[in-house]
Amino acid sequence: MPSVLPLGDPAPSDGLLPQQAADGAAERAFGLYVHIPFCAVRCGYCDFNTYTATELGGGASQDAYASTAISEVEFAARALEQSGLPARKLRTVFFGGGTPTLLPAEDLARILRAAIDTWGIEPGAEVTTEANPDSVTPESLQLLADAGFTRVSFGMQSAVPHVLKVLDRTHTPSRVPQVVKWAREAGLAVSLDLIYGTPGESIDDWRFSLETALSYGPDHISAYALIIEDGTKLAAQIRRGEVPEIDDDDHADKYELADRMISDAGLHWYEVSNWSATPEQACRHNLAYWRGDDWWGIGPGAHSHVGGVRWWNVKHPTAYAGRLGSGVSPAAGRETLDAETRRVERVMLEARLASGLAVSTLSDDGRHAVAGLIADGLVVPADAFRGRLVLTLKGRLLADAVVRRILPD
Amino acid sequence: MSPMARTAPVPAATDPAIIRNFCIIAHIDHGKSTLADRMLQYTGVVQSRDMKAQYLDRMDIERERGITIKSQAVRMPWDVDGVSYALNMIDTPGHVDFTYEVSRSLAACEGAVLLVDAAQGIEAQTLANLYLAMENNLTIIPVLNKIDLPAAQPEKYAVELASLIGGDPDDVLRVSGKTGMGVEVLLDKIVRDLPAPVGDPDAPARAMIFDSVYDTYRGVVTYVRVVDGMLHPRERIQMMSTRATHELLEIGVSSPEPTPSKGLGVGEVGYLITGVKDVRLSKVGDTVTNLAKPAADSLPGYADAKPMVFSGLYPLDGTDYPVLRDALEKLMLNDAALVYEPETSAALGFGFRVGFLGLLHLEITRERLEREYNLDLISTAPNVEYEVTLEDKKVVHVTNPSEYPSGKIAEVREPMVSATILAPNEFVGAIMELCQSRRGVMGGMDYLSEDRVEIRYRLPLAEIVFDFFDILKSKTRGYGSLDWKADGEQVADLVKVDIMLQGEQVDAFSAITHRDKAYAYGVMMTGKLRELIPRQQFEVPIQAAIGSRIIARESIRAIRKDVLAKCYGGDISRKRKLLEKQKEGKKRMKMVGRVEVPQEAFIAALTTEESKDKAKK
Repeated sequence: MPSVLPLGDPAPSDGLLPQQAADGAAERAFGLYVHIPFCAVRCGYCDFNTYTATELGGGASQDAYASTAISEVEFAARALEQSGLPARKLRTVFFGGGTPTLLPAEDLARILRAAIDTWGIEPGAEVTTEANPDSVTPESLQLLADAGFTRVSFGMQSAVPHVLKVLDRTHTPSRVPQVVKWAREAGLAVSLDLIYGTPGESIDDWRFSLETALSYGPDHISAYALIIEDGTKLAAQIRRGEVPEIDDDDHADKYELADRMISDAGLHWYEVSNWSATPEQACRHNLAYWRGDDWWGIGPGAHSHVGGVRWWNVKHPTAYAGRLGSGVSPAAGRETLDAETRRVERVMLEARLASGLAVSTLSDDGRHAVAGLIADGLVVPADAFRGRLVLTLKGRLLADAVVRRILPD
Repeated sequence: MSPMARTAPVPAATDPAIIRNFCIIAHIDHGKSTLADRMLQYTGVVQSRDMKAQYLDRMDIERERGITIKSQAVRMPWDVDGVSYALNMIDTPGHVDFTYEVSRSLAACEGAVLLVDAAQGIEAQTLANLYLAMENNLTIIPVLNKIDLPAAQPEKYAVELASLIGGDPDDVLRVSGKTGMGVEVLLDKIVRDLPAPVGDPDAPARAMIFDSVYDTYRGVVTYVRVVDGMLHPRERIQMMSTRATHELLEIGVSSPEPTPSKGLGVGEVGYLITGVKDVRLSKVGDTVTNLAKPAADSLPGYADAKPMVFSGLYPLDGTDYPVLRDALEKLMLNDAALVYEPETSAALGFGFRVGFLGLLHLEITRERLEREYNLDLISTAPNVEYEVTLEDKKVVHVTNPSEYPSGKIAEVREPMVSATILAPNEFVGAIMELCQSRRGVMGGMDYLSEDRVEIRYRLPLAEIVFDFFDILKSKTRGYGSLDWKADGEQVADLVKVDIMLQGEQVDAFSAITHRDKAYAYGVMMTGKLRELIPRQQFEVPIQAAIGSRIIARESIRAIRKDVLAKCYGGDISRKRKLLEKQKEGKKRMKMVGRVEVPQEAFIAALTTEESKDKAKK
């Protein structure tokens, strides 16, 4: 999650939600996000809410973190129940970071077990953890699988050493095929994360990274254009001229290459930056974000959404642990979305999906803009005639511009 | 040394023989205000101990409020050889666009103090005003100021002044407004050398208006010089050009506070208040007479202010249009030279086409609008007025390129100016090069001193309104000075160059240029726009065309990527807020066809170097 929290309304200390959150909740899926705010080193491009091992102490330390997180699980269950929400089993769980696998696998398993004990879990639920290729072993992966994890997403980023170096990634590329193999042996589905457009990365470097990743036969690939976030080491390096600026045209070339190569390998795009081997292997937890389902985010800086109410926890692990320790909601702020804002979010998010956006979601002016989008080659005509707005390859690269055109007011 | 006057002559009962009317001709920073202050102090009009408290504080207010409360003429008593004289010091407008107003101020005087900085020598505008004074048969008293400065070269510049007006360099007075040195000698010399005004006290009253300013509290204050007869309070007066009549509510002299009098007689200088609210009803150069006993002929030299340079003024924020309209209305009250009419631009929305006396007038007005009325304005490239004759003999006057007729054109005439440039002689080559590139024809060249020259050119006005002064300054390392006046018109081979974005003509960027320069304009403007307009979702061709003929083209490549790669649970609020911000930004875009053009691009494309330099010419 980005380092800057949004401005919002104050959140109540009991964590209770307004009535709106409960309306229609029985029909919505419920998921859990668990943020693990630790990394072995901080990468130069990363502005996520994460800390290296030596930075923290007390209830915020790595040792105590699982217990602290579990105390928010308990807090969440109580707040949801007292806010009048029905009991719902977990459909998806996602452990992200940071580097979740920096915690002992047993800690991750313990948090998951606590969540399952609290809410229960649907049959066939998806349980994912992000992992750094450096911080897993066959044993740890097996332990996770045994605890109920179904999926692991490795931060591979690139197969090219000089690119990994700019990104401050410490793993050796040759370790990736090994960890993929171990994960498969443990029965876990495998996703690989890639980053393109790193300063100094040539188109051939990127092609090599794609070829390499695809050669491991992943079930799922996420490929992200590098975003230079303010305040990161990489942003400072670019400002000082130590590394070249990133170039949107280069990003566009690399996205097109990625889409072609990944598609040729038999995977299908289902969101702007995500491809899966089969529709079932799409990340259902992420789809829940884009489809406006409910989730509770555990951990410092984590965001939650329940029925049009969004909130976000305090960022610092020590403040976070302190709040929970005294029985107070760790939320730093929240916002309650009105119907129009929820519609805007829906347009903004669903337009990014291969399943597309129902054209009926749009206002009259928005609908009128669709013909122009077809004319400009940004929207698939056949889907538009069936009432779905689905982006073409060119449209995916201009998705934000498309969204502005279909939200003209 | 003359003593301060013991008994000042009384207004309305002053013998013309003891009146001296003079003005000070000086360049903007050559020390006119300081010298005037010193005169006020030495003549006892302002007490020494009040000098700072009274007069300088007034200056601050003037700076705050523009020129509206400025004393346009001050009456000062001064004794020479036991006789008390009345000296009227008449102010002259300080910048190049107001030649006509300067000529009227000069016409109100019998003499002029030619004040020149002893460290800098004469400047072009001062020289032009000197020539104007000499044409009006004024007696000239040459004075070098700032002789206390270490950099002063009084010998050198005394020779320069003497050669300009004829006479002996030793007769050039040397003063320091700062220390007061030589000021009393100057006052004596004004009394001794300047002729007294001459007029017929028994003839019907005739007074010439040399300035007219709007005051929030008193309405229009009109400054006059009485030539014949006498004006009295409470009588009805008539403006001879407009035949408008007014009651004379108050008449008096400034000394320096406005002081009502029983009237103004032959040769006297003072102010009139009639209660009118618009300076257009009291025009500079007009003759005031008595309605009951009117004069047969008005005084010579009256002319209507004629705008020379036109520019479209548009509020950046369209909702400010009413504010701009009201602001122009208010400015007009105090600026008889300002003319405007509403105008619509496809690219810029609603605004006004405003006519100015010159570029500096444009800039001062624009600055006042922005500062005093808190407006953000876009001004289109300045234009002159063209007279276009069509083949069917129909004549069209064009002040805006978008009005340029598209039919068959028989002839286009453009306004011309005669320009005077003064500079050190080492820059002559550079100046000639510049003027020739601006289609100038040399009129002559004279040496003012051994190393300073006066160069005269006849140039199309259109060629000097854009960036001429700026380039002149940079080519002469700041030493060159410029003055110009209207000088007829000429037939020229002019064309309109249109700029098109994706085939849509953008009226704000059209220009009328000489055929030989059309290509350069097209290349410059298309290149500039390519840099300024952000990439769109489609390729945008930018073309420059004369009629249907394309003379230059550029293109803005389509943007290929506009998507945030990551959008997960924690990004949604931030992403939505970014979207809202982008939509706000889009509202500030001007649409040209389908092309979104940021207002900054319009401003930057229309900004020339010269508007960055608030030149005091």
